[in-house]
Amino acid sequence: MVGDLSAGERQRVEIIRCLLQNPQLLIMDEPTSVLTPQEVDILFRTLRQLRSEGKSILYISHKLEEIRAICENATVLRLGKVVGRADPRQESARSLAEMMVGQSLHVPTRERLAPGRPLLAVRDLTLAPQSAFGTALKGITLTVHAGEILGIGGVAGNGQDELLAALSGEVRAPAGAIEMDGQKVGAYGPTARRALGLLCAPEERLGHAAAPDMSLTENALLTGAWREKLVSRGFVSYAKARDFAERVILRFDVRTPGPGVAARALSGGNLQKFVIGREILQKPTVLVVNQPTWGVDASAAAAIRQALLDLAHNGAAVVVISQDLDELLEVADHFAALNGGRLSAPRPVPGLTMDQIGLMLGGAEGEPHAAA
Amino acid sequence: MLRLEKRPSPSQAWNYATPVLAVLLTMIAGGILFAILGKNPFEAIRLIFWDPLFSEQFGSYSRPQLLIKAGPLILIACGLAIGFRAGIWNIGAEGQYIVGALCAAAVALWFFPAESVLVFPLMIVAGALGGWAWAMIPAILKTRFNTNEILVSLLLVYVAEKLLAAAATGFLRNPDGAGFPGSRNINQYPSAANLELIPNTGLHWGGVAAFAAVLFTYVMLQRHILGFHVRLAGQAPRAARFAGVAPARLVLICLGLGGAFAGMAGMFEVAGPARLISIDFNAGYGFTAIIVAFLGRLHPVGIVLAGLLLALTYIGGELAQFMLSIPAAAIQVFQGMLLFFLLALDVLSNYRIRLALPGRTSEAK
Repeated sequence: MVGDLSAGERQRVEIIRCLLQNPQLLIMDEPTSVLTPQEVDILFRTLRQLRSEGKSILYISHKLEEIRAICENATVLRLGKVVGRADPRQESARSLAEMMVGQSLHVPTRERLAPGRPLLAVRDLTLAPQSAFGTALKGITLTVHAGEILGIGGVAGNGQDELLAALSGEVRAPAGAIEMDGQKVGAYGPTARRALGLLCAPEERLGHAAAPDMSLTENALLTGAWREKLVSRGFVSYAKARDFAERVILRFDVRTPGPGVAARALSGGNLQKFVIGREILQKPTVLVVNQPTWGVDASAAAAIRQALLDLAHNGAAVVVISQDLDELLEVADHFAALNGGRLSAPRPVPGLTMDQIGLMLGGAEGEPHAAA
Repeated sequence: MLRLEKRPSPSQAWNYATPVLAVLLTMIAGGILFAILGKNPFEAIRLIFWDPLFSEQFGSYSRPQLLIKAGPLILIACGLAIGFRAGIWNIGAEGQYIVGALCAAAVALWFFPAESVLVFPLMIVAGALGGWAWAMIPAILKTRFNTNEILVSLLLVYVAEKLLAAAATGFLRNPDGAGFPGSRNINQYPSAANLELIPNTGLHWGGVAAFAAVLFTYVMLQRHILGFHVRLAGQAPRAARFAGVAPARLVLICLGLGGAFAGMAGMFEVAGPARLISIDFNAGYGFTAIIVAFLGRLHPVGIVLAGLLLALTYIGGELAQFMLSIPAAAIQVFQGMLLFFLLALDVLSNYRIRLALPGRTSEAK
């Protein structure tokens, strides 16, 4: 059954189904989002083969290195309008990105710090899936120190959502499986974990991180209720909640008429800035984000990454779960891969090659690395 | 061709306009119904909506009836609205109302004929507890075994009706009643009677409780974190879980509140206007309160207006039945149409209708 395959395998089934029909024009929209680098290589070889046979390929992607690698002609879209055409082989990824956002790009920077004490420790976390097509977590072990960013890569559907749910407290774990700053928090719910400074931003913005039909004020209250003291003796101060929402909007440059607007009226990128900003402004001790820049334009993505780097620089432990390897290599100090609900041993990012990453993503990791 | 287009944000204007529009459409459709039945539609509509309040002939009787009938509707609807906001569908308020009345009556009859100021408050507590306990059945079944609360709460109404019949003819029957079904007249037992507080207004303690329930619901939904969690769970269950809302706890709270409010309404009714436990004690308030809750937009202030309006259809319906010999079922059809039109029109809050001509694409937003 296709349903039993991994997300990457499912994607390959779909691509092969297209290729089998002997197409004259092949249109692909973000085909590599759930493929490992090795699988991407295989796909690109196939696409080049098709090209040499005289077929046309329309390739839609936000991964600029891929565009540069296989395309001869690029059309840049912004908000549904054509804003430029280029030969991607003549451009750098950066110049393409700037064409996309229409302004010069800020490249996130920071100085690397010596890691502090361990703030988040997960030990042998094993959880059954909550839904029929969910992924079981198997023996997840990780440690994140103060000032450190741990990047967790992996092809979609390998346990990212489940790991976030287990860390946020939406799904309870055995008490000792998750420790925060030395305190066992596995059995705590989301509210108790937030009180201790463990904050999360899930991948799905509408419906999970934010309530679509509620205003930004109410969405600010959604996770900020206790830490920002928006509630006293059970009663909500909507004035304070609006104030908090306005601070998030201002600090993270969320483009919206105001905090009274419904979350669903915001563009994906703006809502993402709001969702991430809402957690960062609460000064987390540990922040866990899943796909922090998914579907976000390049300048907003850079702003979000910079905010994550700043947060770590100020002594927080940060876990970034992402399918965007470039993003992980840019922000993370250590890299680990999720495969079939198992997490590889984390490795330091400096010196890590794409080949090694590909093997880790595929589950064929090398000898266990001494815990960072 | 007509096409529905989702609005970026729900329309506030339509949110307020649809209940009014639904009432107007119900009047038109009801008028057509009455015309088909061979009655003068204008006279019938006037009898239902105008005469109970403003005619000299009927007004003096009908006006106090307005508060008497609106009280339980508003009280029950407030409890239901909290649950409906959370996406917890308690359809069995009628049963909780009956069980509340039975428990309150049992307390009164237990103390009869002793006089004490404690009897009445104890009856209120018993009524609330009875309704609460009846609502806990679907609540616990839902949280433990994931049963559907709509079905369980609805079917328990019929169980409650059997209990009511058993009480009226058996364990609560008036021992001095020559074997006729029905309990003692609680309204004539001074310690337990729920009397009119201000003469000729129809205001009894149930009206006061309804007013308190409106305030409570308003404060809870608009100002309290629990109300925020209720709304969040109804709109985005996953986000609610992320925010730290425990779904099972919410089910217990919402069904419990709905049951307690309905049980209290039953208590005020049996000690007041209904006077005693009889086989036909329940008048469908528990079901009509569902319409009240939705017509009032699940908002306490809206519920007050909707409660008064549906109370009017009860009184006007009786009047029309009496004056024009319209069948009793017609008024239920009337109430049903109201809910139907309201739910149908609700689509306008979230969607706008676009006229899409063939061969022409609609302009961009």
